[in-house]
Amino acid sequence: MNLIFEFINQNLQMIYILILMIFVGVEIIGHVPAVLHTPLMSGANALSGVVIIGAILVMLDTEPDNIIALSFGFVAVVLGILNVVGGFVVTDRMLEMFKKKK
Amino acid sequence: MGESLGLIYLISTVSYIIGLKFLGHPKTARKGNIISASGMAIAILGTIFLYDKEVATSIYLFIWLAIIIGSIAGWIIAKKVEMTKMPELVSMFNGMGGASAALIGLIEFQKNVGNITASTTIVISIIIGSISLSGSLIAWAKLNGILWKDIRIPRYNLINNLLILGVLVFGFFIIWSGTESNTLIYLMFFLALFYGILFVIPIGGADMPVVISLLNSLTGIAAAFTGFLFHNMVMLAGGILVGSAGFILTFAMCHAMNRPLAHVIFGVFGQDNNDLAVIPSAKNKRGIVKKITPSDAAILMNYSQKVIIVPGYGLAVAQAQHIIHEIEVFLTNKGIDVKYAIHPVAGRMPGHMNVLLAETHVEYDKLVEMEHINSEFQSTDVVLVVGANDVVNPAAHNAPSSPIYGMPILKVENAKHIIVNKRSMKPGYAGIENELFYNQKTSMLFGDAKSALTKLLHELKSM
Repeated sequence: MNLIFEFINQNLQMIYILILMIFVGVEIIGHVPAVLHTPLMSGANALSGVVIIGAILVMLDTEPDNIIALSFGFVAVVLGILNVVGGFVVTDRMLEMFKKKK
Repeated sequence: MGESLGLIYLISTVSYIIGLKFLGHPKTARKGNIISASGMAIAILGTIFLYDKEVATSIYLFIWLAIIIGSIAGWIIAKKVEMTKMPELVSMFNGMGGASAALIGLIEFQKNVGNITASTTIVISIIIGSISLSGSLIAWAKLNGILWKDIRIPRYNLINNLLILGVLVFGFFIIWSGTESNTLIYLMFFLALFYGILFVIPIGGADMPVVISLLNSLTGIAAAFTGFLFHNMVMLAGGILVGSAGFILTFAMCHAMNRPLAHVIFGVFGQDNNDLAVIPSAKNKRGIVKKITPSDAAILMNYSQKVIIVPGYGLAVAQAQHIIHEIEVFLTNKGIDVKYAIHPVAGRMPGHMNVLLAETHVEYDKLVEMEHINSEFQSTDVVLVVGANDVVNPAAHNAPSSPIYGMPILKVENAKHIIVNKRSMKPGYAGIENELFYNQKTSMLFGDAKSALTKLLHELKSM
């Protein structure tokens, strides 16, 4: 029990963000028309590539001679940026089609 | 330097929120996407340039190399993909994100032995990231038709639940014992990967929109846990935003199919499938199937005043979206009122049909959502169902024993004539008979959507 209190106190700021963001996410996306579900999903998918920042941080923090960590980090950055760039580009392509309606 | 990085992360987080908000309205959607993308770009560049410790140049080179390779690959894939393949692509990209989160966890594990908070976040992000990775890849393979059948394993639920329990126990042990063992963490990683495979493999094609949204949400959560580990607010906020967005879409999809999430995940639908493959009620009512030739169908449509087109995944598979649009334009020019009825789960991902039809420049206001169009079928002369099945199955209304009972459907049976284009009498993804096909008002136009509709258009033009 003490451990949990300690954990919450140590990470109070992040827990605030966590909870607030859950509500922000729910509020923002709550009433999106079905037409936009696919672009919204692929846009959100691109955002989940934010994990790439973690991958970059890992690499920055790795010693140049730690080959295993470096190659893992390398793959993580490649996959993360693939998620980001691919996701945003494909979302843009979809939305471009919607635009032509008028 | 560190302070300005914090500011950049703050701007970036706000841009995600605004971007997502803009994505929710047709007019601002494209701008929204660009806003989020710019936010992401400054966060990535800021992380690289404003890092406040000494870093060897070789590492910077590696990072840039990785970024360039990944960006070019992502760009090319995203530009080349066909719109019908969108669900596959989104699941694949999603899997990449999950993989990235899992890899970060694997690297960070050794550095954080003994720190309970850190190792908890690491263990969780490895578990969620790897489930998301293998689950997404299986979803990708299933959507691509590589894994066509819904594979069923005996005592599936038991095995699956034991497996996830095993993964959790493993994770708990690793955290609690403070072990340094790489073997254990890799074993957990592989078990979680295996669980992701088993998790998605039995899920039927009709449930794919739910699974894709759910996996999307999982990747977001994995990213958020990684953010927790690094005390990095932009990752935490971004990840949670995606996580909650994904969950909302998941529930919206479940709602559209009137199925509790647990049923989708634990495959209740599929399990009873074999017994319910032929529902007694449908069997009894089974009448005669009427066939219709393209020329008769053309006459029927030519002399009607109002036509509603119901597109399904069959249309996408046959790449017939351009021809259906031509038919629509042709009929509209003759003064016939033509609309599309879009079921929320038509296609293989949320909103998939809208994207496909938008690609062919179908006018926006012709795409009508289910709630608005259901009252219009009564005054409709001809409904043309193309490659859709379960979403127009009246069993959802009148057969309580049917697995899709309660799912909202397009009430096409209220129209005066129904023309169904299908390749054969084979049941749809849900694997159940559709009594609509035996309805007296229904005529079947057999054939691949593209060739059947091409003939239909030809007949229409020659009239």
